[in-house]
Amino acid sequence: MKLAFQLAYKNLVGAGLRTWLNVGVLAFSFIIIIFYNGLIDGWNEQAKHDSIAWEYGNGQLLHADYDPFDPFTILDGHGVLENELSKNLAPILLRQASIYPEGRMFSVALKGIDVNQTTLKLPTASLKNSNAKIPAMMGINMADAANLKKGDEVLLRWRDQGGTFDAAKITVVDIFETNVPTVDMGQVWIPIRKMWEMTGLENHTTFYVANENFQPSNISGWKYQSQETLLSDLNEIIAMKKISGSIMYLLLLAIALLAIFDTQVLSVFRRQKEIGTYISLGMTRAQVVGLFTVEGSMYSIFAMILGSIVGIPLFAYLAKIGIGMPAASRDMGVPLAERIFPVFGIQLIVGTILLVVIASTIVSFLPARKIAKMNPVLALKGKLQ
Amino acid sequence: MKNSSIILIISLSCLVFNVEAQKMPDAHVIIDKVDANMVSKTSIVKSRMIIQGRRKSRVVVSKGYTEGNNKSFTEYLAPAREKGTKMLKLEDKLWIYSPSTDRTIQLSGHMLRQSVMGSDLSYEDMMEDRQLIDMYDAKVAGEETIEDRQTWILELNAKVDDVSYAKRKMWIDQKRFVPLKEDLFAKSGELLKRTRMSDFEKIDGRWYPKKVNYKDMLKLGKGTDFIIIEIEFDPEIPAYIFSKASLKK
Repeated sequence: MKLAFQLAYKNLVGAGLRTWLNVGVLAFSFIIIIFYNGLIDGWNEQAKHDSIAWEYGNGQLLHADYDPFDPFTILDGHGVLENELSKNLAPILLRQASIYPEGRMFSVALKGIDVNQTTLKLPTASLKNSNAKIPAMMGINMADAANLKKGDEVLLRWRDQGGTFDAAKITVVDIFETNVPTVDMGQVWIPIRKMWEMTGLENHTTFYVANENFQPSNISGWKYQSQETLLSDLNEIIAMKKISGSIMYLLLLAIALLAIFDTQVLSVFRRQKEIGTYISLGMTRAQVVGLFTVEGSMYSIFAMILGSIVGIPLFAYLAKIGIGMPAASRDMGVPLAERIFPVFGIQLIVGTILLVVIASTIVSFLPARKIAKMNPVLALKGKLQ
Repeated sequence: MKNSSIILIISLSCLVFNVEAQKMPDAHVIIDKVDANMVSKTSIVKSRMIIQGRRKSRVVVSKGYTEGNNKSFTEYLAPAREKGTKMLKLEDKLWIYSPSTDRTIQLSGHMLRQSVMGSDLSYEDMMEDRQLIDMYDAKVAGEETIEDRQTWILELNAKVDDVSYAKRKMWIDQKRFVPLKEDLFAKSGELLKRTRMSDFEKIDGRWYPKKVNYKDMLKLGKGTDFIIIEIEFDPEIPAYIFSKASLKK
């Protein structure tokens, strides 16, 4: 086997530019696969972390009539939960309302939140510390869309529990930066006690966000959604992105493997005398097939070395400074940070190495199989078979 | 002497107030007269709705059939994009048929709060079919002249919890008994919507506004004009018009 590696190495180095072209394309595929998956893994990690910190907490307890995907359930999807059962839960009451910045109407989800909560990263202390009649806070994207800034007053129109319109000015006391659009876009946050007063829905809650001490149990009229369930949509989006992205890099890998395959076919065809000589010298057909296969798969070893020389400093740099995401892509409705820091895990690197090595070994073996059917005398004479 | 002077002043004041009060008619009587003038058993109206946006206006032409307060059927005739869209209201239910999808959907809950064709009117504004008297305590708050017409100012304060507007103010023409203006207020007293009626014409013996402007007072803009092209009072309307089957016809 050692001989096979030595011969393969000498043959490949001897082939010069042809080898380095194959190795170059394979190394490029290798870098792209690791980069793309690292980027998606980085996004996944950041999105999960931010979603838990800003929106999901340790799970949510929703009113049985409330469905977050059906806005028609907002009207009646709320109720009162006994104090005993609402321990370790941050209450949020949701109503639909409109704000009128500069005479434009914006439909918003008005959310009342406990100002003392610490489960979510939302800066509710700003609401607590404000002296405004109706203090409100919103995300930076919402503030930009409505052209509002800290200290601005804007007219809010809402309906009370009977459906009667009411309107009053709210004061924007804080604008927070978050990567989670579902707590930002189209949302206005006010103290829940103020909201109870405004709507007449005293002690009513649409859903609760659980902290790490909450123990889920069956509560009549309410349904619990665990952190995993809440994150499942995000997981599905990321899985879908991975699959769609894999088409691109698998295509690139296929081109590189095709080049190796072609080189192998050509080698078997042009090196018939050499094959005949190996067999005449006592090598079995399987050993010669092994020699050619090792030669082919050695492209992937070279590609890994070249890929590491280029990739390691590049990946280290990207993992440190992150990759900037264009502002437009942050409107997709999924948590996406301004900069994504790719994560290049050991699983990803080992997995990619195995993929490239196994794939190049297979495409090297396929043309080499022909050697097993060769007549050694004719091969030695260099006659076409 | 001093006591008798006070009694005299109080008596005179009472007399003056009593005379003032007698001059003001009962609000319910005014509303009844307005209803008698404005409400017919059935009506067929062809109208043009001009939705005045910030940059451009849109014109929607429709033909509506109404029976009492509970039944109405509207077919949109123009523009091409809306042509064939039909709307049926029966009691507290509202269905919309869209020809592009060939589907009928029932609007409920929050959807009723959406604007009608992008106008300043919501579906819910069209859905209210209770009598004002059943929802509000009415009183005459004064008099005012609007566009050379002497009006009574009616103040209506909600007496039930489930009304959209906590307070309404109406300006009623003292001679013709038609509303010239109506303001709708939030619970806080904030003016939310204003309706202005104009271009009055005597049709079939009753004064009727041929132009109504609906304006969301919280938004910039000129609001939505509702212009009557043709109107028929008390025509015979076949019963099938007010059925779901007529939506797909």
